[in-house]
Amino acid sequence: MSNHPKEAAKFVANDERMHWHDKALWFVREKRDLASKSLPEWEELRSMASQIKTHTMSKLDYYLEEFEKNATAKGITVHWAKDATEHNEIVYKLLNAKKVTKLVKSKSMLTEECHLNPYLETRGIEVIDTDLGERIVQLRNEPPSHIVLPAIHLKKSDVSDTFHEHLGTEKGNDDPTYLTRAARASLREDFLTAQAGLTGVNFAIAETGGVVVCTNEGNADMGASVPKLHIASMGLEKVVPRLKDLSVFTRLLARSATGQPITSYTSHFHAPIEGGEMHIIIVDNKRTPFLASKDYQQALNCIRCGACMNTCPVYRRSGGHSYGYVIPGPIGSTLGTFKDAAENKTLSFACTLCGSCTNVCPAKIDLDSQLYNHRQNLNELNLLGAKKTVSMRAAAWLMTHPTLFSLVGKIARTIVPMLPKAMIYNRFNVWGKTRDLPPMPKKSFKELYKEGVADEL
Amino acid sequence: MKIGLFIPCFMNELYPNVCMSTLKILKKLNLDVEYPLEQTCCGQPMANSGCAKDVEGLAKQFVENFKKYDYIVAPTGSCVTMVKDHYGAFFDDDPVYNKVKTSIYEICEFLHDVMKVEKFDVKFPHKVGLHNSCHAHRMLKLATPSELNIPYNSKLKNILSKVEGLELVDLKREDECCGFGGTFCVTEAELSTAMGRDRVNDHVTSGAEVMTGVDMSCLMHMDGLVNRENKPIKIMHITEILAGD
Repeated sequence: MSNHPKEAAKFVANDERMHWHDKALWFVREKRDLASKSLPEWEELRSMASQIKTHTMSKLDYYLEEFEKNATAKGITVHWAKDATEHNEIVYKLLNAKKVTKLVKSKSMLTEECHLNPYLETRGIEVIDTDLGERIVQLRNEPPSHIVLPAIHLKKSDVSDTFHEHLGTEKGNDDPTYLTRAARASLREDFLTAQAGLTGVNFAIAETGGVVVCTNEGNADMGASVPKLHIASMGLEKVVPRLKDLSVFTRLLARSATGQPITSYTSHFHAPIEGGEMHIIIVDNKRTPFLASKDYQQALNCIRCGACMNTCPVYRRSGGHSYGYVIPGPIGSTLGTFKDAAENKTLSFACTLCGSCTNVCPAKIDLDSQLYNHRQNLNELNLLGAKKTVSMRAAAWLMTHPTLFSLVGKIARTIVPMLPKAMIYNRFNVWGKTRDLPPMPKKSFKELYKEGVADEL
Repeated sequence: MKIGLFIPCFMNELYPNVCMSTLKILKKLNLDVEYPLEQTCCGQPMANSGCAKDVEGLAKQFVENFKKYDYIVAPTGSCVTMVKDHYGAFFDDDPVYNKVKTSIYEICEFLHDVMKVEKFDVKFPHKVGLHNSCHAHRMLKLATPSELNIPYNSKLKNILSKVEGLELVDLKREDECCGFGGTFCVTEAELSTAMGRDRVNDHVTSGAEVMTGVDMSCLMHMDGLVNRENKPIKIMHITEILAGD
């Protein structure tokens, strides 16, 4: 079960590392600002992206079937998976049929969501995550802490230790070029020996029946082109109607994610390679309920750029692992709470409702409103805890009795200054652990107003 | 033109001087201001905690207290946002609420947009850091948020530029949240503290002698840190500067 306050407190306790993490991601946010401000039509693009996605979601059955028809016509086999289990079974069946013992993987948060790696590993298939960041966290047996920068929580010295242990690099050598070359050499071997490649999907184009994968390292291209079997796994929300719609998203995606004008590779896969097979698995896994929800349907418009994480002052200072859900940050908090409110009940409160995420989102998802709404839904589901609901109800009741509220205020303002400091700053005073209380004035504004002090202004 | 003065509940109890500065600014403009005595809390702490359904009574009480005024003015962006953005569910497009919703203003917004004040007859010869509190900034749109690619404007900077001697410092992060966040400041106390410290340090290292803003809640959180850690900066609500107090 997620426990954001506890995990965040641990992350914050290492002040130096927390600030390093905050600054690294703020740097990405600043790069994103520069890139977005280089396009005068930026806000128009965001509106278009939102409209295209909202339209597509409103006719999702139509576009998915169109996509299936066109993909099939191109010799691609399309599979439908209602949940993670079905997805994993389909993948295993395809691999098993070809006697695959090693699978190279690239660019897929969906397979994280489905826990594909352990599923295949227990069935004797070796899975190699090939994107550098993914590979690092895989070797460390950790989940990614960010959807675009999966190893952003690690310093180069951590990577050096990990590579020394697993790839036999020199102990203590943390030169990034040296480490990257070592990873590259090891991964080359994997690409050449794997019998299948699995990639994620950034966009599926209904009109053409092909999928598009945006990467910087080119590993998806290797995985999709070297082995004879290519499997592409996609959430059903990845479809866009036409090829020309794609340009709106490719212009927004990399700029929002890292501040680059475009990713190094924007690869279109529209057929199996010669003599090979290509399969696309369209996965629901609790996505369709979003379509029926007025409050949360926009969450499906997400293009997984990670900008909401980079801008979130909470994410930057608590790290991706503090969320305990496969996708961290604002978008993960709303997706996770919608999918399993009890499991993720602390996530909508891992937020100050500052609204920065909604402003950076290239698809204009109303993230802060969704997190506010989740809090209300948690109450409906009796998941807030009696301490909170009872005290809030009592406060609301008190506030509908103005005279009584004034009396309570007066008593507090009179008593608190008379108490010894040690008694005020006790262990139950969470505010007072790090912050002084404001001085207690003798009279409230209301009292002064009644006395006519205001008349003398 | 009759003005109803809306004072957040905690300011009434803890910051009577700031409330007095607010009233003074309005009176200086010869406005007919009244402070309805039956007012308490807008309900935001409960709503942000997930208990919005409990604040219907408070919302009704608020509208009842303030419906007769031409304008409702308050020294807060946060509580104003609560009334504007979160009361709708209780009123079903009720014209009385809709009037309240469109006539409620954060005080600087009121001075800037309605009164169009050209000059404040006060001097403040200090270096000032402006804290853009999130709700005032992004929901009431008192300034252009740094995330958007639209022409820049800041109503608060415009207002402060009309104070003689006041020099605004450039911050490294102009509109980052201070981590107060209502009950967030206790439910995520460590994180909230870290966020607040970072904001304070940005102001201090940018050379600000005074930090100001429109929301006393954020300022109270940061003032608590400043006092605990003896930081060389003073925290003042924007109305204290504008009133010359």
